[in-house]
Amino acid sequence: MPTLTIDGQQVTVSKGATIMQAAEALGIYIPRYCYHPGLRVAGSCRMCLVEIEKAPKLDIACYRQAAEGMVVHTTTEPVKLARQSILEFLLSNHPLDCPVCDQSGECDLQNFYMEFGLYQSRFLENKIKRRKAFPIGRHVMLDNERCILCSRCVRFCEEVSRSHELGIVNRGDRSEIALREGSQLDNEYSGNVIDICPVGALTEREFRFQCRVWYLNRAASVCPGCSRGCNIELHYNVNRPHQSGGKRVLRLKPRFNAEVNKWWMCDEGRYGFEFIDAPSRLQDFEIRTAQRTVVASREQAVQTLSDWIGDSIDRHGSQSLGIFLSPKLSNEDLYGIGKFARHVGIDCLDFRNPSERPGYQDDFLIQADKNPNTRGCLELGLYRRSEDSGGWMAGEIQRGKVRVLIVFLQDLALAPEFQQVLGRLERLVFVGSNRNGTAEIASLVVPSATYAEKDGSFTNFEGRAQRFERAVVPLGSAVAEADLVASVAVSFGMQREEFERERLLSDLRREYPFFDQEALNPPELEWVYQTPIGQERL
Amino acid sequence: MMEKILSRHFFNAEARKLSFYLNDGGYEAARNALTQMTPQQVADQVIRSNLRGLGGAGFPAGRKWSFIPKDSPNPRYLVVNCDESEPGTFKDRHILEWTPHSLLEGIIIAAYAIGASQCFIYTRGEYLHYARMLQAALDEACQAGFFGKNIWGTGFDLDVLIHLGAGAYICGEESALLESLEGKKGWPRLRPPFPAVSGLFGCPTIINNTETLSYIPAIIRYGGSWFAGLGTPQNGGLRLYSVSGHVKNPGVYELPLGTPLREIIYTHAGGIRQGRKLKAVIPGGSSTPVLRADEIDVRMDFDSLAAIGSLLGSAGIIVMDESTCLVKALAVLAKFYHHESCGQCTPCREGTGWMARILNRILDGQGVRDDLENLLRVAGNIRGTTICALGDAAAMPVFSFITKFRDEFESHVLQGRCLASK
Repeated sequence: MPTLTIDGQQVTVSKGATIMQAAEALGIYIPRYCYHPGLRVAGSCRMCLVEIEKAPKLDIACYRQAAEGMVVHTTTEPVKLARQSILEFLLSNHPLDCPVCDQSGECDLQNFYMEFGLYQSRFLENKIKRRKAFPIGRHVMLDNERCILCSRCVRFCEEVSRSHELGIVNRGDRSEIALREGSQLDNEYSGNVIDICPVGALTEREFRFQCRVWYLNRAASVCPGCSRGCNIELHYNVNRPHQSGGKRVLRLKPRFNAEVNKWWMCDEGRYGFEFIDAPSRLQDFEIRTAQRTVVASREQAVQTLSDWIGDSIDRHGSQSLGIFLSPKLSNEDLYGIGKFARHVGIDCLDFRNPSERPGYQDDFLIQADKNPNTRGCLELGLYRRSEDSGGWMAGEIQRGKVRVLIVFLQDLALAPEFQQVLGRLERLVFVGSNRNGTAEIASLVVPSATYAEKDGSFTNFEGRAQRFERAVVPLGSAVAEADLVASVAVSFGMQREEFERERLLSDLRREYPFFDQEALNPPELEWVYQTPIGQERL
Repeated sequence: MMEKILSRHFFNAEARKLSFYLNDGGYEAARNALTQMTPQQVADQVIRSNLRGLGGAGFPAGRKWSFIPKDSPNPRYLVVNCDESEPGTFKDRHILEWTPHSLLEGIIIAAYAIGASQCFIYTRGEYLHYARMLQAALDEACQAGFFGKNIWGTGFDLDVLIHLGAGAYICGEESALLESLEGKKGWPRLRPPFPAVSGLFGCPTIINNTETLSYIPAIIRYGGSWFAGLGTPQNGGLRLYSVSGHVKNPGVYELPLGTPLREIIYTHAGGIRQGRKLKAVIPGGSSTPVLRADEIDVRMDFDSLAAIGSLLGSAGIIVMDESTCLVKALAVLAKFYHHESCGQCTPCREGTGWMARILNRILDGQGVRDDLENLLRVAGNIRGTTICALGDAAAMPVFSFITKFRDEFESHVLQGRCLASK
């Protein structure tokens, strides 16, 4: 446990900790390019050179271990000069094409130049020409002129994805990032190299030229792509819709969580957000009769739904109602729906779509269960324990027991069991964000908000309940599922306040001790390095 | 007492045969070491000899061996640095060509001293011809039972593998050499750990230069004190000086450490060709700071050269007479370091190319007033900020050439005129 002094402040760190880590513990930021906490130390960019008293020359903070009594300076003239000169070297052959570079605004060449550079260039030579803007995989573009050879992407492919597609070829200033012969950067985690690239060398093909990053807002969220529940940021643009063709959510970025996903996320999750602004989004309440489909107001739809539920209970009892939930619903929505179901006596509940098969799984992040909240459904007990799947409900419909079925999100029309029997229902209600086969045949369609459009939480496969926050407003007339249920529930003597989202969460945590987890505290966006001119990086 | 050790039989093709070497008392020192001495006794003799690392760094050879951790469960390796890539240096080549058994015997003794049963000789691809000579000598020595299992019945095993690199300067840097030997790209490693603790394949490794090891048989045979007495204090014995450039008799000369540079150039190498005047000398391979003609009364040992701001390095003496344009000479060196920078760390990767381009521009008559200050500044920004010594090696000639021959550079920059006599 050495104790050292950095810039006059003492700190005690664990044995083996580097100066970089010790400085971080003190909140002292040492600029870096090649260093990334999730990767092996390369020590090659030399940006983190610091002065260590009694050492013959500057040393790199990312590699040098803290030692007892060590005195480190990070702001002295030699250090400032070293940072300037490293920047000058890195920028000497850099094309400075910031105006057409997607990284602009979140580029550590720009940021560090403004904070540690600000020198007058004395480089008069011709810059080295290299290959620009060519795809190296499904999602990633490479610009070798912008590359500063920090080797983060190479190390990611060696150590994290372990797919070994990238390398640095040639020597000296002819060095460049290249694909291994005959390969493409198409591993399951390829998008992460874009995140860790500190400059504009690796950019995202999907995001290219969609939006300047300083127009983006950020929201802390949780990936709904599988049951891992990777912590993510939603980056969205609402103020300048012309920049991105009306799309609001433009990209997802992983958000650090030491226990869940560290710094990473998979491509499947990263590019799985298209549905949020897709043309298939349901935006209106629709009431469908045999003859025609009409767009209804929210009040009409709620009234209709309340009438159907009340009518069915009156005529056939609450056993005549079925609710097919979805493991894509948040804990709050599930809890609200379940609360209403209990209130009116509906016990015909399940969420397990019999047509769903386990998907691809690996030994890193990707889980076979492609739903973010299966565990939440299980913990809330919203299924029939004696059955292996939700197919039993088809039998209830077949026998004429269930007459009104409310389906959340799922496409039951895909399941052979249900295909046969959905036509027998008196009323089929579909609540969901995107149009599907079930919505096509439903007598009432309710547009619901996606995870990007509401606050909530998912419970991952390990039982960790994690909150996500709203980024954008629900599209069109879409409502959060629990809000819809709240509107209906008031007709059945319940209080609307019971369905407010914070109340749902606090009731849930009280009623189910399982959910009383620290992870459910409000999420915070990670500290992001800021330039001194007071502009946020995003 | 004899005054030559390794060079006694240079240019005698018979001398590379085992029978000749045995007649000369060869492998007696190794046999003696293995059968009569403990590893520590061997190391003590080498420490006493003041033998320094003759690859260029000059680190005391015996002390280097002592850095091997005593408690490591891993195998130990001896690696011979025979990359000899420093421009102006061709001494190791002579050893491979004329007295390969000196190296092989030195390997046996050193491996015994450090407890290594596997030795790798890393030599540059361009030395294919000499590597074959070494292999032939190794084959003979193996047949004679000097390598393999249970050497001389002592229970000591030793195998040697000769590995040819692809000819990169950086692979003479010991940690890049290890990377290359492991089959990776020749990129220097961060230190610590040093190779003695974690070297080849993560195992304790001693890397010695070819010439260093080749002197060890004589040290064991005649004693460390004898060898030490041949040189100057702290600079034991003899070494091979490679003399090239504008001298009458370029070649390899085996002389005591501490021999004055003037004596080497004028007595042994025959003086400057065509009666011209001496202008500059690079004393220890292209990376070492250049000396003016009035600085050659220096003794050629590690400490004396360091005292006047240069380095003995690999003792590759490059002699330049008055017809040499030192701007062009520096541009040639800068081109070399630009070409050979491995590209791993920023200052050297970007700085070597930058310096080379400035110098070429000056030679093209496009120099600007700021160029010399800028060159010194860029070299200063490379020096001391890189992972390995290549950055320093590229920077040192720039400093020394420009500061010592400033008038020549200013003439090129400001008047576009070369001061070298034609």
